This record gives sequence, C-alpha cells and structure tokens, in this order.
Amino acid sequence: MKSDMSKLGHPLSNSLSLSRERAGVRAGLAIALLCICVVVPLLNLTVPPDSAFHMSDYAVGLVGKIMCYAICALAMDLIWGYTGILSLGHGLFFALGGYGMGMYLMRQIGLDGNYRSELPDFMVFLNWKALPWHWAWSESFIAQMLLVVLVPGLIAFVFGYFAFRSRIKGVYFSIITQAMTFAAMLLFFRNETGFGGNNGFTDFKRIAGIPIATPSTRMVLFVVTGLVLVGCFVMARAIVASKYGRVLQAIRDAESRVRFSGYDPVAYKLSIWVLSAVMCAVAGALYVPQVGIINPSEMSPAASIEIAIWAAVGGRGTLVGPIVGAFFVNGAKSWFTVAFPEFWLYFLGGLFIAVTLFLPHGIVGLFRRLKERAA
Amino acid sequence: MLVRWVGVVLLLLCGAAQALTQDEARAVAAGENDERIAALHKALATGDAALAPFVQALLADEVKVSPERVFVMRGGQAFDAVTGAAALLPEGAEDVVNNNRMRRELDAAMAAVRLFSADRNERAAAIALLRDRADEAMLPLIAKAKAAEGDADLKAQLDRLEATVLIASDDPARRLAAARALGASDQSAVRSLLLDRLAAGVESDAQVRAALRASIDAVESRLAWGERLGLLFTGVSLGSILLLVALGLAITYGLMGVINMAHGELMMIGAYATWLVQDAFRAWFPGAFDAYILAAIPASFLASALVGAVLERTVIRWLYGRPLETLLATWGISLVLMQAVRSLFGAQNVQVENPSWMSGGVAVASNLTLPYNRIAIVVFAALVLAAMALLIAKTRLGLFVRGVTQNRRMAACTGVDTARVDTYAFALGAGIAGLAGCALSQVGNVGPDLGQSYIVDSFMVVVLGGVGQLAGTVVAALGLGVLNKLLEGWAGAVLAKIMVLVFIVVFIQKRPQGLFAMKGRSAEA
Amino acid sequence: MTPELMEAGSAAREVLAQRTASGGRSAAFGRSVARAEPDFVHGVALYLDDITVSFDGFKALNALSLAIDAGELRCIIGPNGAGKTTMMDVITGKTRPDEGEVFFGSNINLLRLAENQIAQIGIGRKFQKPTVYEPLTVFQNLELALAADRRVRASLFARLSAAQLDRIGEVLERIHLKSEAHRTAGLLSHGQKQWLEIGMLLMQDPKLLLLDEPVAGMTDEETERTAELFLSLEGEHSLVVVEHDMKFVELLTEGHKKVTVLHEGSVLAEGQLADVQANEKVVEVYLGR
Repeated sequence: MKSDMSKLGHPLSNSLSLSRERAGVRAGLAIALLCICVVVPLLNLTVPPDSAFHMSDYAVGLVGKIMCYAICALAMDLIWGYTGILSLGHGLFFALGGYGMGMYLMRQIGLDGNYRSELPDFMVFLNWKALPWHWAWSESFIAQMLLVVLVPGLIAFVFGYFAFRSRIKGVYFSIITQAMTFAAMLLFFRNETGFGGNNGFTDFKRIAGIPIATPSTRMVLFVVTGLVLVGCFVMARAIVASKYGRVLQAIRDAESRVRFSGYDPVAYKLSIWVLSAVMCAVAGALYVPQVGIINPSEMSPAASIEIAIWAAVGGRGTLVGPIVGAFFVNGAKSWFTVAFPEFWLYFLGGLFIAVTLFLPHGIVGLFRRLKERAA
Repeated sequence: MLVRWVGVVLLLLCGAAQALTQDEARAVAAGENDERIAALHKALATGDAALAPFVQALLADEVKVSPERVFVMRGGQAFDAVTGAAALLPEGAEDVVNNNRMRRELDAAMAAVRLFSADRNERAAAIALLRDRADEAMLPLIAKAKAAEGDADLKAQLDRLEATVLIASDDPARRLAAARALGASDQSAVRSLLLDRLAAGVESDAQVRAALRASIDAVESRLAWGERLGLLFTGVSLGSILLLVALGLAITYGLMGVINMAHGELMMIGAYATWLVQDAFRAWFPGAFDAYILAAIPASFLASALVGAVLERTVIRWLYGRPLETLLATWGISLVLMQAVRSLFGAQNVQVENPSWMSGGVAVASNLTLPYNRIAIVVFAALVLAAMALLIAKTRLGLFVRGVTQNRRMAACTGVDTARVDTYAFALGAGIAGLAGCALSQVGNVGPDLGQSYIVDSFMVVVLGGVGQLAGTVVAALGLGVLNKLLEGWAGAVLAKIMVLVFIVVFIQKRPQGLFAMKGRSAEA
Repeated sequence: MTPELMEAGSAAREVLAQRTASGGRSAAFGRSVARAEPDFVHGVALYLDDITVSFDGFKALNALSLAIDAGELRCIIGPNGAGKTTMMDVITGKTRPDEGEVFFGSNINLLRLAENQIAQIGIGRKFQKPTVYEPLTVFQNLELALAADRRVRASLFARLSAAQLDRIGEVLERIHLKSEAHRTAGLLSHGQKQWLEIGMLLMQDPKLLLLDEPVAGMTDEETERTAELFLSLEGEHSLVVVEHDMKFVELLTEGHKKVTVLHEGSVLAEGQLADVQANEKVVEVYLGR
C-alpha cells in the first residue's frame, strides 16, 4: 500500500509531459533573463546607433513600459484566471504605486523646478506654503517605496474585506471595482487633493540623486523591471502549483463547495487580491520613472479594463498567456497609433469581441490546442 | 456728482424742454472726461427730448465727431445728432470713445430719465440699475417717481429702493424704519444687503442691529422655500435623467442578465439621431423647426433599437449565461461605436438646440426659475416609464419576455421563439437608451463621449435598485438624483459624486441584492 | 414530538445551560465551539426542533422536528417540494431558519456557525448535482478535501505527509477510483463523479454525512456498490440519505432501519419502510387523491 502510494507521489511529477513542460519553462526563464540582463543592454548601450542591431532608447522605454503592464496582467491572471474574480479597477493600484514613486521623484527635482522652490511646481502654483501631510515622507526613497506597497495594499485589503465578506461576486463585484477606480480618479483630478490635479506629476529630473533621463539610468530601470517581472512570474508559478493555488481554482469553479469542504474562501480571496494589488502597485512604481509622467487618467475605468483584455487575449489561467497578451496588445497599440491612429480603437474593440467569442482560451490556449492536435 | 445730475433731472421735469444744440452735443461727445460729464449734466438741465436717444447712441458707440458737427451712425448711414437729418460723413470724423467711468455716468443719466418713461419695462430696468448706486441724494427723485408710478409691483420696488438708500442714512431712526421695511422682501439681494449692514463695524446702533437680524430671518425663511424647492427640482430632474438612462439597462440586465457596457453608446446614437433630425428640419422644414423634437423621439428610439438588434444578433446572443464575457465584449463594442461616430461626424461636440417652446422657464419664486426643458424631461421620463411598464405587463411581447427570462426552456416548450424574443427585448432596452440620448441632447452637450459620463451612474442605479424589478430602478434613480444634488450643495460636485459612489458601495455590502430584490432559494449571485 | 425527542432536547438544553454559566449567549462560545467535539453521550447525533423556513410567504419547512441517533443510517423520502434539500441547507448553514433549533450532538448549536465551520466540526454534505472540481484531478480533489489545516498559510506551504497519502489511497480504494487517480475529474462518468464526491466527503472524516440523492443517474451495479459503501460506514458515522430510488432505499434499510417521510415541510410519517409504505397518508401524498 505504502509503496503504491509513494509511486503515485506528487501527481504532477508523474506525467512525462508535465516534466517536459517544466523544462520548457526553465529554458524560457533562462532566455528571458539573458535577454533582459545581457542582450538588451548590449544592443542599446554598446552597439553603435547606426547599426541594424541597435536597440533605440525609444524601444527600450517601450519594452520597459510593456513589462510593467505585463506584471499587471500577471496579477490579473492570478485573481481572474485562477480565482475567478474579475476586477475592473486594478488600474487604481497601478496608479497609486505610480503616484507614490512620482511623489518621490517630484521631491527629487529639488530646486530645479520652474519656480526654483523647495515645493513642487504645482504647489507653488496653487499658492501653498508648505507640504501637505501626505507628503511628509516623500523625501526618503525607502519610506516612499514602503508607501508604494502599503497604501494600495491597505486600500485593497479594506475594499476586499468588506466585499468578499458580503459575498459580493461576479458582475456586481466587477461593477463596484469600476466605481471605486472612477471615484478615485475624480478625487485625484481635484487640485485640493494634493497630487497635481489633472496634470499630475511630470518633468522629473533625478532618481536617488542620479539623473533620470540618461541611457544608463534607463537601462538600470529596464533591467530592474525585467527582473521584477521574472520574479513575479516565478512566484506566481509557485503559488499556483501549491495547495493554495488549487483552493483558488476550486473557489473559481465551485465556491460553495469549497465552503462545505471546510475552507473559508474569504481569507483566500483576500490574500490573493491584496497580493495582486501590490504587484500592480510595484509595476506602477517602475512605470513612472520610465515613462516620465503620471496623471489621473491612469485611474480611468478604461485603463483597468484594458488590463483584463491583456489577460484574456493571452490566455487566462496560464500565467504565460497574460504576459504574451500584454506584449501583443500594447505592441499593436504602439504600431497602430503611429501608422493608423484612426483604426486603433476599432482594433482594440474588435479584439475584445473576437477574444470573448472565438478565443476563450486566448493565444496561448490556441497554441496549446494546436500543439495537441499536431501530436 | 450724483447730486448734480439728479438735481438736474428734477429741473428737467419741472422745467420746460429746450432743444439740444450742436455745441452741447459736441461738448458731451468730445474732450476730457470731466468736461464731458459737466456738459452732460448741463445738457440734462436743459431738458431736451433728443438727449435720451443721444445718450443711448453714445452708449452704443454709434457717435462720431468732426470738428464742427456731431453725427450718429445708424445702419451705416450718418445722421445729424441734433436735427436727425441724414448727412454725409466728412473725412477725419472720429469715433467717440467712452471709458468705464464715462459709461457709468451715461448709464446713470439714462436710468434717471427712464424712471419716467412711458414703457413699463424701461422703468423696471431703470429701477434695477439704480439699485446698485444707492445714495441719499436720490431720495427726492425716488419720491417723485413713486408719486408718478402707477404699477403696483414697480411701486413696491421703488419702496425697496428707498429703503435700500435709507438703510445707509446718517439718521438712526431712518435706518431703523428701513431695516424693518426690508423684512418684507423675498429677494436674495436684499438679504445680502442686510447681511452687509450687520457685518462687523458697519451698523453701530443696537436697536437697528436687532431690527436687521429680525428682517434677515424673515427674508431667509422666504428664500429657504425657494432654495429647498429648487434643490428638490434639480434632484428630481437629475433623477429623471438617470431613470431614463437606467431603464434600458434595467431591461437588458435586470430581465436578461446581459451586462451591456455599450449602453452609453446606444444613448449617444439616440442623441446623434436627434441632432440629425434637427438639422434635417432646419434644412428642409425651417418653419416647423419647433416640432423637430416630435420626429426626433421615434427616430432616436428606432436608431438605437436597430443598432441594439444588430448587436444582439451578431455578438450578444452567443454570450448568454456568461456575464463577465458579455461585459468585455460589449466594452469592445462601445469602443467601436465611439470611434465610428468620431469617424462619421467628427470628434467635436455637435450643436443641438432646444425648440423654442422648451427654452426659458417658469418663475416659481423670486429665487427659483424652473427651466422648461428640464420639466419636459421629467414628464417625458414618467411617460416612458409608464409605457414600458404597460408593455411589460399588458402586451404579448411583454409576457413572452417575462416568460423567456424566467424559464427559457419552458417558454420554448410552449412555442415561444426565444431567439426572437431575446432580440426584441434587447432592442427595446436599446431603444429606451436612445430615448435617453434624445432627452440628454436637450440639456447637455452631444459628442462621441456622451455615453461615457453616464455609464458608471447607470450601473450604480441598477446595482442599487436590485435586479428584476422596475420599481427598484425607479426608486434608486430618483433617490440617487436627489441625494447627489443635496450633497452637491454641501460639498461641491466632485465630492458629491464620490460620496454617492462610496455610499452605494457600502450599501451593497450590507444588502448585496439591492433595494428591491428577488427573494428565494436561488439567491446565490 | 415523541417523548424520546423531548427528552433528548431537554438533555441538550441542560448541557448547554451548564456550559454557559451566565445563561446568556456569547460570541466567544460560538467561536470555541467550531473546534469543539460534538458530544454523542446522549445517543443523538443530530437534533432538529421546530424548524420553520419561509421564502416570501411560502413555507419550505413547517415546524420540522427530527432526531438522528449516533451511528444511525436514516433514509428520508418524500415527494418533490417536501423540503428535503432545504432541510439540508439549514443543517449545513446555507439557509438560516426563521424559527427552531438545530443541534449537533447534544452540545453544538449549528445555527451559530458558518458553513465552513460546520464542515470542520464533522458534518459533510453531498449535493444533488455532483459538484467536484472539474479541472483538477481525482487525486487533487481528494487532497483538497483532506481534513487538514485549512488556513491560507498552511495551504501555501502544504506538503502531503505519508499518513495523508495513505489516507487518500484508502479512500481511492473505497470509492473504486484508484486507477483513475490522475484523471481530470471533469472527464469522469456521472456515477464516478458521484463517488468522487462521496470520497471527498469521506476525506473530511465527518461524523455525520448528509447525502442528497447519491445514486441519481447511476447504473444498477453502481447503485448496489454505493449501498454497500454506505452500509459499511454505518456505526462509526451517522448518515442521512435523501432518496427517490425506492430500490436503493430498500437496500439501505434492510435490518429494521428507520425511514422518515417528509411532506410540505414537516414529518408525515416515520418508521420501518414496510410500515411507512402501507401508511394511508403516505400513499395519498405520493399518489395523489
């Protein structure tokens, strides 16, 4: 009996195809790390600009930005693909993380702003004489980074606690997440809130004392973002493979049954919800120095809905899919807005429709099915 | 200086009228301001009937001077200022320039003359103008005007004008009398005046202060009714708009379970249909322009219903039972629709005018005018609601819709073509969205983004009201409208909106099924 | 209400009164009870007293009173709409009754606990429609149902011990799914899914099993095997089986076991199967007037 069972052992390790999959993932991770840490820096910093292999600063910035989006898409996969919670307000956490970093960067401008004042320009413009209370720690990088993680996390915790405890789910939940981000956007549009109003933060000069617009700083940010993405991916895989991950999937498919099995879904949903919020916040914090601006439109419901479509296009419940989806959709966006700006929204709208109607498992799902058929 | 021209006007009334001469005209029209003003007063003293139109022309910048003569321009033709005969404008004739001070003097002169005009409206306007420049020297003028005034309403206004002057008098007894008299007013301007007098350091006499306070209370209680009613009305107006917007959604979501994120765009289509009908009327039936709205209502319903039917047949029917997917797909549709409208009609707002019978408003209290277009929308919303309720409850289509949504398989077994009923139901919801768009075009801007500003609100109404019951939608829409306006008065528009959203989110946690909910075993979301 | 029932009830109330010296109800009591053990000293596993549940005026349960002895296998039959599933909903915490009391053993008041707490103290439920976790394998389904620490942190770092592996193996044997251990649950046949769900129930190591139409859709052979399984569980576990399949009920109630007939939310008749089947009222209700 015992020898029987130990042969069964861990179910995943049994199948040959699964161990092949694991090897594939490991290879993929290695390639990704190589590209991020070695290839791209080489192509951008050492290869001369007139060479065909040169990777322009613009391209580096674009890929860096998309990697931030990919982190959000990964977070969305964890809550939607694996736990069945569709959030249409995760852009809020992304934006809050961005604003957290933005506050620090605004202070880093120091006396080099338009008004040559210790206070950020927009405060001088509003005739404020001192920093408001919520800027109290904005001088310190560490403190501000802690806020980047804690504030969105806390907000997510409070919102999620009340929502999940009242057993709000499905579409109702999605709609109120939309309301949440919409309300926050309205709040941040006001000048009195102290976040730069509808202009937000921009014109950054330095980060940690180092000038921000130089190729080397950009590359450092790029590499850090890439490493965070890889790290998040590895973490997500570990989560999904654990019993916790299976409980999440069980909650997605049959929540009341899970309850009758003795689990409290609220604790599970809340933990993954807060984790995904923090992931988005970190992504936002990495996004802002690379893009150079943050304003309340990042909190619009439309921005949050786009995160969902990246996950859906790539393939929900696959972890790799959302990353692919983020790259595909945002790559298309960059191309369209340059080549055929009129058609971008037709493409995006059409993508929403096509994916829900014809590609419920996304690109990665389609790929896998084709592979199965070929085998 | 005021004394001077007032005295002059009195002289004017008592004295005989004399003609305005060229010299006098030129003295008023040209030269240094101080001299011009003096000349103006002198001219007033002579009391010429031609002075009033001349001053009028000066105010309208229609006067030109040459070294010898003064001309008034009318319709491009020059006329002699004194004789009124047509004349040739010489080379080198200069425009008369009036700075602000000059204008004030001219205005005052006009008002003083107009107090005795034969036209009632002119007299009312004159009183209003003089209200801003209360001075004790005006009292004899006012007294005379009161004596000559036949209209009771204007007489009351003159009384108030007198009191306004007297409230600043040097004599405390006069001030006291004035303070008491003003307590009978229901004008907010009077309240401001009284409050100013009561402000620190202005009024020294204790008795007068007490009288002022009493009068302020009296005026405020009269004003309060106007304010409360006004608030209620704007709340109901907003609520009626929300109702129209949410009604269509209540059908598609409440009855069919379809989350339609393109609902706002269906509204936008209705608004654009209204605009097209308006332009068509303007181009082909300009005489009947005011009736365009009657054609626009069915047009907007049909346009949106048609688009809705197409959407249902091509996209939505494949997603029944999958609300999250429907949500995403309809969001995509909304993007496509918005971009299509932008490509067809441009990204800017388009102009939609109210028909003339909907412009203006009815004055219900001194500080409250209810606009006709908003009243019309409240009535319209009520009619649409009634029509819809009747349709659902009394017609065969309504019966089929209810049957299909409650138990699809049984309905199919009894021979109902469920696919067609779905299309009709969705088209109905879409059509009502079109009607909402038509209504919105009358009170707001029409542009491709029209739907976006209402989508969150409309979903909030449906979520709050509860699914499956029209009554819930009605109560929620009206309630949210009134609540929003109440909070707005207190905290400003943005904070009010945020508070309403937070309130709904909190309410939903306590009562996830909404205000009026379907109860039963299958209450699992 | 039979005299035994009343006695059991008052005994339970005595114990309850003793436990809470203040005589009042405190939240802390409810919480500690979730980890407490049910007390079967008085021989009663489950005790429902005067349960009434109404939905919008319609009485799904109407002053229902029922008692299940410890180790008993009770069959509950009745026409559709009699309130059988609602009764199970009340016991497992899915629905709160408007009136009445529910006790597990003589000491645990089920009305104070949440669904997952009720599951943790040893009441397992099998639904009418097999609800297994379709994308997971049979093994993973059973693993999730393990009676282990169900908190988040524990689940994150959970590793199956040898004892737990053995237990899963045991249950796999019992439900005849050993060979299908790594098949995706969604691909199982209907009958196999039913067994898997029963298996998941067993993994929880429940003291009371509530089985709602466990053999619906099964073949004759599967039905027989299921009956064997239940009979083997009787004694160490208490079972309440709701069924329509009279052959299955006959199989189960061999050896003088009690059958309860529900009708319109309350108990219509109770006793041996043969007696109940001969009962005039029961015949009327089942066959109509």
